[in-house]
Amino acid sequence: MSARAADTEPQLSVRDVAVRFGGILALDGVRFDLHRGQILGLIGPNGAGKTTLFNCLSRLYTPASGDIVYEGGSILSSPSHRMPVIGIGRTFQNVSLFRRLSVRDNIRVGAHSTSASDLFSESLALPWVRRQETRIDLVVAELIDYLDLADVADVPVNGLPFGTQKRVELARALAIKPGLLLLDEPAGGLNHEEVVELGRLIRQIRDERGVTVLLVEHHMGLVMSVSDKIVVLNFGRKIAEGAPPEVQSNPDVVAAYLGGSTR
Amino acid sequence: MTIETSIAEQPPTTTTQRAAVAQLQRRPNARQLAIAVVCLGSTIAAPFLVSNFLIFQMTMVLVYTIAILGLNILTGINGQLSLGHGAFYAAGAYTAAILMDRWGIGYFWTLPAAALVCFVVGFLFGLPALRLEGVYLALATFALAVVTPQLFKLSPFENWTAGVTGITLAKPDAPFGLPLDQDQWLYLFTLAMTIAAYVCAHNLIARRGGRALMAIRDNPIAAQSMGVNTALYKSLAFGISALYTGVAGALGAIVLQFVAPDSFTFSLSIALLVGLVVGGVGWLPGALFGGAFVLFVPNLAESVSKGLSGAVYGLVLITLMYVMPSGVGGLLRATRAFASKRYD
Ligand SMILES: Nc1ncnc2c1ncn2[C@@H]1O[C@H](COP(=O)(O)OP(=O)(O)OP(=O)(O)O)[C@@H](O)[C@H]1O
Ligand SMILES: [Mg+2]
Repeated sequence: MSARAADTEPQLSVRDVAVRFGGILALDGVRFDLHRGQILGLIGPNGAGKTTLFNCLSRLYTPASGDIVYEGGSILSSPSHRMPVIGIGRTFQNVSLFRRLSVRDNIRVGAHSTSASDLFSESLALPWVRRQETRIDLVVAELIDYLDLADVADVPVNGLPFGTQKRVELARALAIKPGLLLLDEPAGGLNHEEVVELGRLIRQIRDERGVTVLLVEHHMGLVMSVSDKIVVLNFGRKIAEGAPPEVQSNPDVVAAYLGGSTR
Repeated sequence: MTIETSIAEQPPTTTTQRAAVAQLQRRPNARQLAIAVVCLGSTIAAPFLVSNFLIFQMTMVLVYTIAILGLNILTGINGQLSLGHGAFYAAGAYTAAILMDRWGIGYFWTLPAAALVCFVVGFLFGLPALRLEGVYLALATFALAVVTPQLFKLSPFENWTAGVTGITLAKPDAPFGLPLDQDQWLYLFTLAMTIAAYVCAHNLIARRGGRALMAIRDNPIAAQSMGVNTALYKSLAFGISALYTGVAGALGAIVLQFVAPDSFTFSLSIALLVGLVVGGVGWLPGALFGGAFVLFVPNLAESVSKGLSGAVYGLVLITLMYVMPSGVGGLLRATRAFASKRYD
């Protein structure tokens, strides 16, 4: 894909987004842009509002004010189940798989938005439904290979090791064929080798599949090594933005991570 | 990104992947085919070997099988609990009875009519039920089960429903001069409908829409984020589920040649739910075991002790759930897992 053409329009524009839960402002006027083909690392201490922002981007939450523009249009007028169709795919901080389904079926559900059907034609297994299932199965088979899930493909996800479940979630999100992939702490619970492998994989996904990545991560080694740009949140506010080295030496960021409050 | 382009832009696939996909859509092997042929053969031969009363009972088992299949789609596959499926069964039964009795429509044509009526009723009931979950949904469906038989007694509808008296129907003969008596024909007709219903349900759950239903059951938020319109699918699950159970009701009316409000009390809804649990929640073939339980166990209890039949029924149920807590389906899974551990 020639996704990294010289377009200057940002692919994603988060504009002064605010979210309030009762008394607390989980997000307070957050604003940043993300360009096609970039990997943006979103970091910040616990409770900074990173997951809340993801939930706004997948339309599970509606911001109290502000706008989110993806590929030139506001996403706020579309319901959450339209996000994969628009091109936004995601994984969850706490693995959220369909626990009684097999690995293969979990990934197949990811392809839901790339296909269309109705329950009656499916009940009758009409020929076009069968052809569509074959198309889905080919996409899924490719992802199973890509993420090295062949050994467990037809096993229920329920009992699989945590690291494997995370890969299933990634495969499921890729089955959406996203233009923008939201990864919420993909390295959580992984060991050192798995984290190194994950960093390689995230870059590979960006390079080979032309997917823009928004990465929330506490593992500093990983974020700093894969990200083109970092945005730092603290108490719902953006406190820094820039290239990894800049951000790492920013005194506000250092203070936030040492437990100092900017409030 | 439009749906068409995203399908077109497939990642390159290797021949091994194509082979793996072809493998997925495999045909049944010889052993499975043999089992299927033996089962089908014996079920078709059965009405020529046993008494007419047993044929009638087996027909009713099949009717309940279809009803439980419908409940399974809603509760087992989609995860929405219903205590009120007797209402959809009743709606199907009355649709068939009224069409045959008032308009002289042939019994076969009442089945699609009952399917349509119950799909619409189920879908519409499913819309407000979207706001309800767990015990609250159970309560709403309970209310539906309690209200429905009362509706058929109301005087404004008496012209069609005949109020508490109910409607008596004629018993259909075998068509095309087939050498079958009425009970044999009804059995074979119901068997064909059961097989059709089962195949449809089986097709559905192995495809995109069925996976969406199961995804909603397992994790509604994740399902929604993967593009599943959860509200639509949950309502559709109600509609499809009611469709199956309604067709079962219509068949039940044809087989019994009688409908009356008191045949469809709350205990029918509970019986269907018990059948679902005994067969195995979420396991389609379990519906047949559930159907057999619904029909035979109360009779069995009655024959053991007239006065204490309720206690006997309860005891059988408790024992079964103790021996196989996930129903017949769970028991078979456990046995298979045990066998493969020992012999592999
Ligand atoms: N659904 C909710 N209801 C009420 N408060 C919420 C909700 N979701 C998040 N919050 C609050 O909003 C704030 C931001 O939470 P969020 O989960 O976005 O943080 P985070 O940056 O993802 O943290 P972590 O790194 O621990 O995952 C926290 O104070 C949290 O308690
Ligand atoms: Mg979080």
